[in-house]
Amino acid sequence: MNIELTQVSRWYGNVVAVNDVTMTIGPGVTGLLGPNGAGKSTLLHMMAGFLAPSSGTVTLDGAAIWHNHEIYRSIGLVPEREALYGFLTGWQFVLSSARLHRLPNPDEAARKALATVEMEPAKDRRIDTYSKGMRQRIKVAAALVHDPRVLLLDEPFNGMDPRQRMHLMDLVAAMGAAGKTILFSSHILEEVERVAQHIEVLVAGRHAASGDFREIRRRMTDRPHVFRIRSSDDRRLAAALIADASSGSVSLGETGLEVRAVDFRRFTWLLPRVAKDAGVRLWQISPADEDLESVFSYLINRSG
Amino acid sequence: MNGVIAAISYRALLGRRRIWLLILLPLVLLGLAILLRALGVASETTTITLMEKFALGTMLPLLGLIAGTGVIAPEIDDGTVVHLLAKPISRPAIARTKFLVAASMLALFAAVPTFVATYLLVDLESGIAYGFALGALAGGVAYAAVFMLLGVLTRHAVTIGIAYALLWEGLVGNFVPGARKFSIQQWAQTVADQVSTSPFLSADITIGFAATALVLVTVVTVVAAGRRLRSFSLTGDE
Repeated sequence: MNIELTQVSRWYGNVVAVNDVTMTIGPGVTGLLGPNGAGKSTLLHMMAGFLAPSSGTVTLDGAAIWHNHEIYRSIGLVPEREALYGFLTGWQFVLSSARLHRLPNPDEAARKALATVEMEPAKDRRIDTYSKGMRQRIKVAAALVHDPRVLLLDEPFNGMDPRQRMHLMDLVAAMGAAGKTILFSSHILEEVERVAQHIEVLVAGRHAASGDFREIRRRMTDRPHVFRIRSSDDRRLAAALIADASSGSVSLGETGLEVRAVDFRRFTWLLPRVAKDAGVRLWQISPADEDLESVFSYLINRSG
Repeated sequence: MNGVIAAISYRALLGRRRIWLLILLPLVLLGLAILLRALGVASETTTITLMEKFALGTMLPLLGLIAGTGVIAPEIDDGTVVHLLAKPISRPAIARTKFLVAASMLALFAAVPTFVATYLLVDLESGIAYGFALGALAGGVAYAAVFMLLGVLTRHAVTIGIAYALLWEGLVGNFVPGARKFSIQQWAQTVADQVSTSPFLSADITIGFAATALVLVTVVTVVAAGRRLRSFSLTGDE
């Protein structure tokens, strides 16, 4: 199934949260990537029928999503907020979801969904005793109980420990491979890269980039990186680094070296070797512009 | 009526501290009735005053507020309502179920105690007990609907609801004659008066107007709540 957004904008008063976005989410796993406040949740809520677009259309296989509760036969939603009915057990919660979908065999469906997220051992505990990761998984189970063809997940990996995260990532990837249309939002590039075949990048409400993750990853890593380096002998290190083409520029300051690397891969490979050969000890290497904002703004300037 | 939604709503409503508020007010009413009876002052007039001022005038709007907002407002506040709304169930049907849950709470915690308290005071004399029980039921159902709508419309439902109950129903309704026509409390009293044959109970609104108004307000607010839920929006934390 396809979710189609055509020239979708959403504003709150004078604030534009989503600006003229056109995209199609098809079968497979799509990662919706962007820094916090980029409008990811706004966009996802419009796809989930929990927000009307101010202009443009959002459809599921041609049917309008807004004001259409029938879409939930095909859509499973994992909302970001972790609030759940704490007085229910995990089993009761997932079973209630199955019953609300009027499934022919709700018990069997609930059992299957709980098994999928590996929550059987804790299924008879009240949800208010669950950890953040367990809540996340029980929400996923409830969203999967009717075996939807479309799954929307809002920041699903937040608050999970590494093992749970890995498990959910594998699950999402497997469902995507099975032909389900899956979209999840994230502000962490590595998460998206691991799971998604396709990436949509949203920055400041605009659709900044779209495509295969390798392509976007390359564009992101190919930009010039700035590193601050402190070492046992900054001057000698600077001289050694500047000899290589991957160091675009090297400047020596009071707090150490500042290197602008034009070829990220080569530079990160090169730095320890050069230092070793020159007999220089590295004390500290810190990226000076690694925050997501600068990564994304670079991307936007490139694509714009 | 959706059984699953009703079951979750009952558990949410009765599991929270609200249950004590729901129990406390009827207990006070019964306590007052027992006290008056023990003091030997349980006349028709004192009974009617107690029921008009406390049962219908104070307890009913407060219980309506607790149950009416309680069936939906906390879920909207903490976001759990999304789990109900993201299902192939029409939103008006969800609103109707929530309303029935609230209305049943009013029947149990307002109408039944009102009947018992009146019965303790004057037995079944002049049909006063039936009158006030029915009045409390009709008024309670309308309050449940109005306050449920308020809970869907605003996050400040409880504050606004208390202000409405105290200012409009309490002050304006009692002192401004014209406004009485538009008070659920007065409609409930009219129902009580209609059923009872007591000469001490009188209402200045016709039963035709009161009954029509009760039905109309209930239906319109439940429909409005359903429509509002249809457009329920998540605005996110961004």
